[in-house]
Amino acid sequence: MITHPTSSELIEAVIRFIEERAAPQLKDRDAFLARVAVNALNTVRREIEHGPRAEAEAVARLTAILGHPGDFATLNAELCEGIESGAIDAFDPAVMAHMKASIIDQVRIDQPNYAGLRTLAG
Amino acid sequence: MSDLETALNAIAPQLGGTSITGLRRLSGGASQETWAFSLDTGQALILRRKPQGAVSTTGTANPLATEAAVIKAAAKLGAAVPEVLHVSEPGSDIGEAYVMVAVEGETLGKRIAQGEAFAAVRPQLARQCGEALAKIHAVPLEGLPDLARSSALDELDKYETVYRTLGAKRPILEAAFRHLRDRAPTLDRPVLLHGDFRNGNIMFHPEAGVAAILDWELVHIGDPAEDMGWICTASWRFGGAKPVGGFGDYQDMLDGYEAAGGTPISLDRVLYWQMLGSLKWGVMCEGMYASYANGSDTSVERPMIGRRTSECEIDLMALLEAAR
Repeated sequence: MITHPTSSELIEAVIRFIEERAAPQLKDRDAFLARVAVNALNTVRREIEHGPRAEAEAVARLTAILGHPGDFATLNAELCEGIESGAIDAFDPAVMAHMKASIIDQVRIDQPNYAGLRTLAG
Repeated sequence: MSDLETALNAIAPQLGGTSITGLRRLSGGASQETWAFSLDTGQALILRRKPQGAVSTTGTANPLATEAAVIKAAAKLGAAVPEVLHVSEPGSDIGEAYVMVAVEGETLGKRIAQGEAFAAVRPQLARQCGEALAKIHAVPLEGLPDLARSSALDELDKYETVYRTLGAKRPILEAAFRHLRDRAPTLDRPVLLHGDFRNGNIMFHPEAGVAAILDWELVHIGDPAEDMGWICTASWRFGGAKPVGGFGDYQDMLDGYEAAGGTPISLDRVLYWQMLGSLKWGVMCEGMYASYANGSDTSVERPMIGRRTSECEIDLMALLEAAR
């Protein structure tokens, strides 16, 4: 198994290359897209670091709510269909707690500086 | 001389001059071109033009002639809008477009919500936005061009259809659709709506405040609280701490609305439309990801906008918690 360099280290190296070598040679829309590309890589890095834990915790919460095991995609789809049909009450405390914990994890990966994260997560 | 410059020179007398100078394309505006130029008299003007062969991505954008007619009607009621000098039809030398007088000010949301230049005027902006909306909502519907009419349920239907078509599985969006459907207000008092009234589409002057309401592309008829909820939608606060555009308080906006003759609107109704605003923008961000996923737009920007759906979801989560 590959132990090093880690995926995070490879992403870091690419970010540094874009920021220090490539971006200074770009202008206008390409310079803007280079910044977006760096943001995308930072998102991937955070997802590699926190995604597996966040998903495992989500699966555990969903298993408790739905009363049976499964993979994330299946359980999440079942929750969505339950809310849509009314079979599951989104305002049930366990459902609310699950949605809240999941979205806090997701925004910590996607946009950790977003003001709404501080509003909800404190 | 470019074709556009030639065509604009030909109409210079109708604009109040004899020739034009300094024609340049301004950045921004994905669905419309914006050009700046001057008359030989020194008068600064703006051309808003539909790109050649453009196909609307939302399907809800109005023809520019409709936009111009509504701006003129709002001007009659004293709303802060740019003066429209000339409307040009599709197929003409200029193309589908209108020319307006340039207004001085700032539209960058972050500067308005947080910049030092706006520190002094900022406390007045929410009230002024309320006053501006009261004037827009008072425009008589008779005599306006044909406009779409949309209730809260119509809006929910429209965006839920988009969401279901995209095939995303997002529990918070599901919860928000259901919550908002159960509480949808009826369209008991339909008024003219700006349709995209938010920080970023309003020109603010650092001393005078509201200088001109811009971007009338999504004008339609609906619930007056829709325009208020949209400017309060968290996605348009640009890091500012306050709910109205990041710069002001709900009550100041509502007070300004009433003081300018608007029929009083409850904060609850504004919060309803604010939640619908976050839901709508969340679905639109998903849609921008879809245009990457299906290969129609391959830039890195699109999928990253798709990642912003979670911002809307966290705002919706806070609103759902408060509504529990």
